[in-house]
Amino acid sequence: MQFKRFLPLFIFAGLFVVFIIGLTLNPREVPSAMINKPVPEFSLPPLKGDGVGLSSADLKDSENIIIINFFASWCGPCRVEHPSLEILGKMDGVKLFGIAYKDLPRNSISFLKSLGNPYAKVGTDLKGRTAIDWGVTGTPETFFIKNGIIRYQHIGPIYESQITEKIAPIIKELKEESGS
Amino acid sequence: MRFLLTLLFIGLSLNAFAIGVDLKKLPDPVMEARAQHIMKELRCLVCQNQSIIDSDAELAGDLRAIVREQVAMGKNHEQIIEFMTSRYGDWILLKPPFKASNALLWLGPLFLLLIGGFLVFRTIRQSANSAKADPLSAEEEKRLKQIIEDRG
Repeated sequence: MQFKRFLPLFIFAGLFVVFIIGLTLNPREVPSAMINKPVPEFSLPPLKGDGVGLSSADLKDSENIIIINFFASWCGPCRVEHPSLEILGKMDGVKLFGIAYKDLPRNSISFLKSLGNPYAKVGTDLKGRTAIDWGVTGTPETFFIKNGIIRYQHIGPIYESQITEKIAPIIKELKEESGS
Repeated sequence: MRFLLTLLFIGLSLNAFAIGVDLKKLPDPVMEARAQHIMKELRCLVCQNQSIIDSDAELAGDLRAIVREQVAMGKNHEQIIEFMTSRYGDWILLKPPFKASNALLWLGPLFLLLIGGFLVFRTIRQSANSAKADPLSAEEEKRLKQIIEDRG
């Protein structure tokens, strides 16, 4: 009888905890549909001049872990993330490529000039169609690729603290499974 | 008059979709209608609880353009939905398909309704039982008869 009397309170407390946890989740972090899929085919012009800046052929590199970072000069969080990209770009066995999302090439160039260019190659996705093929919803977004297969998608900026906590372990894991 | 005006405004507001900002609509009204029907099912990914037909976010505009392109190319409803879900997952669908992983979400409300209904039923029956008066004793019966006779 005593228990029954407090049952509504317990139910309320349970729901309260569930909702509080729900409120702290980031609604942008939804499970990616792109994981374990081959990279989409694309070919993008470079920041300067004609020809191909970055294409899907660049990502089928079996020696390195490939990181693709969607960025834009107009995107604030991309500036926040920039120091992390400098670190990732210098890692051994890692190749970092950039895709400028809906950004005028001259703006991307001055962005990279003032902050430094961590990318081995950059492609420009002026219309944002390549981004849609990658399932990108906004900048910054970062993909980790091995043997042409997307293995991890990071939504939002990579903070420097996340490199040691999250990103470096993922890269290490991907590298170590290379035997298989 | 007032009623007609109200109706008119309701009618106008129903058409207040963001596609108003789209310059390039499909020339064929049947195809445009098909495209808009698909747009209503797709979530605007950057505004969470709007369809892409309601949102004037840039990404929503891009996705609307893609839907129109593909309708014009002759792709059917399933093919276009498949194009979207292969990139953005089921999340892009405002009405997610019924799957084992979300069965609880779909069936949960029904389940709660059944539990609630059972509780209400039980409570009502209990209170009906307890409200039932005890039968009159022989003494009371006699008094009641007396009262009725006196009145008559």
